[in-house]
Amino acid sequence: MANVPKPKELLDSIDWTPPEKDWMDDVPPKIERGRFCYPAKPKILEEIGFPNPREWSPLDEDWKLPSNFREIVLEGMKDRLSKYRSFKLFMDICVRCGACADKCHYFLGSGDPKNMPVLRAELMRSIYKGELTWQGKFFGKLAGARKLTEDVIKEWFYYYYQCSECRRCSVFCPYGIDTCEVTMMGRELLHLVGCNINWMLEPVRNCLTVGNHLGIPPHTMKEIIEYLCWDIEEVTGLKIEVPFNKKGAEILFVTPSGDYFAEPGIYTMMGYILLFHYLDLDWTMSTYASEGGNFGLFTSHETMAKINAKIYHEAERLKVKFIIGGECGHMWRVKHQYMETATGPAPKNLEVPKNPITGTVFENAKSTKMIHVCEFTADLIAHGKLKLDPSRNDKYVVTFHDSCNPSRGMGFFEEPRFILKNVCNNFYDMPENTIREKTFCCGSGSGLNTDEFMDMRMRGGLPRANAVQYVRDKHGVNMLACICAIDRAALPTLMNYWVPDVQVCGVHELVANALVFPHEESGERPRTLDMRQQPLNPEEEENV
Amino acid sequence: MGVVFSFLVVLALVGVIYLGAGVAGLKGLFGVVIPYTAFFIFLFGMIYRLISWAKVPVPFRIVTTCGQQKSLRWVKRSRLESPFNNFEVLLRMLLEVFAFRSLFRNLKAELKGGNLYYGSYKWLWLAAIAFHYCFLVILIRHFRFFSYPVPEPIQIIDQIDSFFHIGIPHLYLTDAIILAALTFLFLRRLADPKLRYISLASDYLPLFFIFGLVISGLLMRHFLKVDVTQVKQFTLGLVHFHPVPPKVGVIFYIHIGFLSALMAYFPFSKLVHMLGVFLSPTRNLANNSRAKRHEPAPWWQKPKFKTYCEWQEIYKDKLEEAGLPIDEDCYK
Repeated sequence: MANVPKPKELLDSIDWTPPEKDWMDDVPPKIERGRFCYPAKPKILEEIGFPNPREWSPLDEDWKLPSNFREIVLEGMKDRLSKYRSFKLFMDICVRCGACADKCHYFLGSGDPKNMPVLRAELMRSIYKGELTWQGKFFGKLAGARKLTEDVIKEWFYYYYQCSECRRCSVFCPYGIDTCEVTMMGRELLHLVGCNINWMLEPVRNCLTVGNHLGIPPHTMKEIIEYLCWDIEEVTGLKIEVPFNKKGAEILFVTPSGDYFAEPGIYTMMGYILLFHYLDLDWTMSTYASEGGNFGLFTSHETMAKINAKIYHEAERLKVKFIIGGECGHMWRVKHQYMETATGPAPKNLEVPKNPITGTVFENAKSTKMIHVCEFTADLIAHGKLKLDPSRNDKYVVTFHDSCNPSRGMGFFEEPRFILKNVCNNFYDMPENTIREKTFCCGSGSGLNTDEFMDMRMRGGLPRANAVQYVRDKHGVNMLACICAIDRAALPTLMNYWVPDVQVCGVHELVANALVFPHEESGERPRTLDMRQQPLNPEEEENV
Repeated sequence: MGVVFSFLVVLALVGVIYLGAGVAGLKGLFGVVIPYTAFFIFLFGMIYRLISWAKVPVPFRIVTTCGQQKSLRWVKRSRLESPFNNFEVLLRMLLEVFAFRSLFRNLKAELKGGNLYYGSYKWLWLAAIAFHYCFLVILIRHFRFFSYPVPEPIQIIDQIDSFFHIGIPHLYLTDAIILAALTFLFLRRLADPKLRYISLASDYLPLFFIFGLVISGLLMRHFLKVDVTQVKQFTLGLVHFHPVPPKVGVIFYIHIGFLSALMAYFPFSKLVHMLGVFLSPTRNLANNSRAKRHEPAPWWQKPKFKTYCEWQEIYKDKLEEAGLPIDEDCYK
């Protein structure tokens, strides 16, 4: 890993004591490799119609901002202050009590004081005061106010792309000030002058034009999933065909493209496919709305809505009854908190989700008509509709990583834990101050899971990794389960760095391992392999 | 720098009042004009702030959920941390406003021997809640100066507050506690390097105003005793809009001066959190955005995107090749 010190060196480098110099004078920030993401390519910006496309680097002296960048940003700020109460209120009411200071994983791992949530917001608040309020204009620095300069833009870019919008600080804030809202506004303002990152905007472009983050065209998507079905046949002997773009199906299934593209997400995908086959569900995937994730959420509210709207559009065209969403973190923040308001109401053909197997009506999704696959599975298990053999996961000692968005943007804690406790025999939670609403980010959330950001990813991931290490040492945990595609992409790297012997999986991978099909029960073809095509019971294998 | 500046402001304030009300004898200005002005600045300033927030829409339901959502019937949900309806939101807000629920969660992170520890750290909560409640009680107690006869509840509060009968006149417990709490809140800003780094002049100034207010009050009650009868005549006069400034020691005018400074400063400072907390969208909304339709803000426009039919036109050949269905409805 380039730009990343050894774990021991990284740990020794952490110092939470801020420098002597006043933070307001400490601009521009010293921009270090490994702590910023590469800027968006001009071609991408042109294609999605974003301003100021150009070649530039955060390491350059001249960022080639438009000459009137001050007016552009201040107008943008005024506009958003009149549109979002959250933004205006959060600019006004912070008392700098400091309760949030040591709650941010990026601060804990880097010690950079501008990563304290209070100061991250203050970077913006100082401009709001200094440019838009008379108190700030008059009292300046004494009121915590300053003027907008090119150096401030550089500072914003550096620090608003060192926040993963995880909202942990917002749990501890006595006024519920949510740094995520501030970061979102910071990023929206930075877009206006063309300061953004490629790792976010290329997926956005791909989503808008092709249909998913990775830009997988429809025929390739079908092919990839067919490969996964061959793997499923290898493991279970079942020949399964995944329905695509099937009109009149009962359920549209939408999941992040990471689930059918990369390890270990693909094993989770195999899990969904096996589960739906087991139940003989009338379901379909779409090659048009082929992405559950939504990097638009990390870009701007408008972009988020534009990407999400395709799902309802497709549900309407296919005349399905309801939608099931796969395991994904930020996707579920969008589906839970934004979908209905930003892109609803749901098309008329959709009905209140009703589990066709158990008859359970999902009242909690009465309006969006979209349920989480873990809600669906938990309901099935609770009704005893799945034959499960948890001993098939006995080689794993499992813990669960609460992903930020389902935790603090949804309140999704019990459903996945209920499933895990039913599909494996060895489950241990991490220490209570690192899970549920107090969970720590994987260090790579909100579209920061790129290689060039590795130093900050490993630092930001330290609190999570450290808690995993604790349960590894105490209970021998060797499997970190999660319900987020970015987690599945980012946590293996993090574990490899901090806690090398722990693997990462999705919840439905473990469900699929434990799921007993009739032909397996009858002894016709007992299961010997897990979804990864490794022996279910390695020791037994050796003895043979 | 901020702390020094704020301290100088407070010293200057005392100096001006001493010269103005004491030496120059401008008792009308310092006893009547300034307090009235400050009070109306406070009143209208706060109303203005409230309106300026209230007229900005809340486009999305950005609740911070700190507990289990309502989902399947058998899943135990958290009504207080993840409220599903407005009644539960009310309960959550009551806990937040009256018990500082979120601050109560506070943890302190420590890095020891390569491991992170998160210990419970309630001191900030304790000092904050002690300060706010004492301030409230002291404020209520002061209504004995503005009412005649003094309503019984205020008399009872007074009696409880001076229950231990320490000294004559009796020392109020709240006065002692608020001094301790203020001292903690002040010292932590200086002692913790992180807090020192983030603290601004506008964080120290209100602390010093309140310090000044409390200390001048204590001095007046216990040491530089002023004629309470005259004071009460004056305060009742304030209520009935014909106040006569009392001929009492300058310490009284300093007390009134700190109060006026605090009131006038209030609506333009971070102290507006007093009202803002009620409007915080991460706390005051119900976590039911999948169950209930919420209309978007008036400015919100439904997004334009590439429709399926437009998309199909681009990928038609590929779709046919891969044996994926072509939607004929696109051509109707």
